[in-house]
Amino acid sequence: MATTEHGAAAHDDHDHKPHGFWNRWLTTTNHKDIGTLYLVFSCIMFFIGGSFAMLIRLELFKPGLQFLDPALFNTMTTMHALVMIFGAIMPAFVGLANWMIPMQIGAPDMALPRMNNFSFWILPFAFTLLLSTLFVPGGGPAGGWTMYPPLVLQTGSALPLMIFAIHLMGASSILGAINVIVTIMNMRAPGMTLLRMPLFVWTWLITAYLLIAAMPVLAGAVTMLLTDHFFGTSFFNAAGGGDPVMFQHIFWFFGHPEVYIMILPAFGIVSEIIPTFSGKPLFGYDAMVYATASIAFLSFIVWAHHMFTVGMPLSSELFFMLSTMLIAIPTGVKVFNWATTMWRGSVSFEPPMLWALAFLFMFSIGGFSGLMLAIAPADFQYQDTYFVVAHFHYVLVTGAIFAIMGAVYYWLPKWTGHMYNMSLAKWHFWLSTIFVNVLFFPQHFLGLAGMPRRVPDYAVQFTDWNMVSSIGGFGFGLSQFLFPYLIWQCAHGGAKATSKVWDTSIGLEWELPSPAPYHSWVEAPSMATIEHGVASH
Amino acid sequence: MSNQGDTPGQHRGLVLKLTLFVAGSFAFGFALVPLYDVLCSITGLGNQKSLSRAYAQGTDAIDQNRVVTIDFIANLPSVGNWEFRPITKSIQVHPGQLYEADFFAHNLTGHDTIAQAVPDIVPSKIAAWFHKTECFCFSPQSFKRDEQRVLPVRFFVDPELPGYVGHLTLAYTFYDVPSSPTG
Repeated sequence: MATTEHGAAAHDDHDHKPHGFWNRWLTTTNHKDIGTLYLVFSCIMFFIGGSFAMLIRLELFKPGLQFLDPALFNTMTTMHALVMIFGAIMPAFVGLANWMIPMQIGAPDMALPRMNNFSFWILPFAFTLLLSTLFVPGGGPAGGWTMYPPLVLQTGSALPLMIFAIHLMGASSILGAINVIVTIMNMRAPGMTLLRMPLFVWTWLITAYLLIAAMPVLAGAVTMLLTDHFFGTSFFNAAGGGDPVMFQHIFWFFGHPEVYIMILPAFGIVSEIIPTFSGKPLFGYDAMVYATASIAFLSFIVWAHHMFTVGMPLSSELFFMLSTMLIAIPTGVKVFNWATTMWRGSVSFEPPMLWALAFLFMFSIGGFSGLMLAIAPADFQYQDTYFVVAHFHYVLVTGAIFAIMGAVYYWLPKWTGHMYNMSLAKWHFWLSTIFVNVLFFPQHFLGLAGMPRRVPDYAVQFTDWNMVSSIGGFGFGLSQFLFPYLIWQCAHGGAKATSKVWDTSIGLEWELPSPAPYHSWVEAPSMATIEHGVASH
Repeated sequence: MSNQGDTPGQHRGLVLKLTLFVAGSFAFGFALVPLYDVLCSITGLGNQKSLSRAYAQGTDAIDQNRVVTIDFIANLPSVGNWEFRPITKSIQVHPGQLYEADFFAHNLTGHDTIAQAVPDIVPSKIAAWFHKTECFCFSPQSFKRDEQRVLPVRFFVDPELPGYVGHLTLAYTFYDVPSSPTG
């Protein structure tokens, strides 16, 4: 047990937590409190977005219209995407960054604590605006989360609310990203050089740069929608000399980096978990860093593969097809490095490792279907079918969400000081993994058979696989209730966690006691601690 | 070694740079608008000239040596609700030249209503060579009670029209759009 150098830990009673619920949570500038706020918020959004998905699967259980009218169905698909992307996945990663980055680089807190508080508290307002659109005249936004004009301009009173909500979410992410960059650049403990940083910190640093490069472009695009609708501009209005296809270019110039914003931190998490439970250092640390950076760079030059069918010159189709396929190379480097890390390791299957392994398998399935979609001539067949839906749910649910689940199960004992219920956690994992495949794998078949996405009704030949998919959906949705229960249980008791938690965990956060003191690394870790903490590479 | 020497002032330089980065990204989003036009003109993508080549009037695309006869017909699904007839009954056109023909509609339903015209071209194989540039059939038409109006259609026949065709018919059927005001 390395309990020597965390000043505050020696006298836990004097951790200077603010007293009173509001005082503690509303005005907090502590990175751990804000991390918790982000994670709790993300969990709530996960269930709200999930309930929208349940309604979608309910309607699609049988052909014909049973429960939702088509307008409400379209609202559900649109809101499900917006809530899950901006409300569940992104805040979860920011929450993990808040909790872990200062602890992993030996910093006492985030660099800009008050801005940190602000960037979290923007979010509840953003999502109140967004969710309030369900009750305004004309209904919620129903033109898809991609907001293509001219369709999106037919949205009723919800349009400005949605746009302002997106502005606020963007502002929150940008502020969070600036905070992460400044923290990593300026607050590393002496001796924590860039190439000694844990992979989670590295992937987040790169993600933060993606965020400040891409989110403002989205803000610009939705601002153009706003002025087109209310102030008579013609950015996307052909009658005024604009071009609706241009929206797709601008949107996906944001949209593709956004995809990597949602997966790079997951890569970081998996790169932490797999070495721990293989009892071996990460294979090819430097290659992992460079691969992440290459993926980030490539993400800016592949956007038009989302829109192969809009009518592009052959040369553009070829360029975007080949640059997209190029991404498979650094991604392959990562997948092989994870596999090689496990090679001849003493692999143990605790819950975090199970999620990480499931990530490895199923994210790769999503990657392969992505390669299929990257083939421009084939994409003309797949465009806007359930094949695309299956593809991006494999990378986002079994990719990003599974990695987040793994991260929570990995670091939860460090946060609460208690071990959680291992067998219940394994139940959560196995139920999720089985049902998520029942849910999404048949959607590949539906898409290849020609079922279009974003439809409330479908031709009868698609009935069987839709029923299977819906059953998987309900099973996956219900299994998730184990997750908050497990966390609640773990926060309120359980076996005492050691400071290392996992026998072979390596990294500065494990040099702190469990639970991590309210103020950690008030004094920077010594060189010896850092050497010990980063011995993994 | 204390970690608390990290004061916000120390971060000002980097925060300023990152804020400029964000502002630059926002500006870049808008710079994509003129950039898009430039790229389009370089690549010829969405080139208005080539797209509207066939639509040009008064150019050498007009085939002065050829004459095609077009008849106009107006149909109603039920008698008594509308008066709907072509003002121009028949016209002789040169392929490639833009023409306008007018229809007349009079709402006799006794209330405000919305109607939609559905076009039909005979022989139907020829439809690909018959281009409407502007048509009252493109959108639902709103009529006040007892309102009467002239409805124009602008069109041209493609110069590539197969040689054996000398005569074609453009027919419209005028339907009430039931209940829903948005159609």
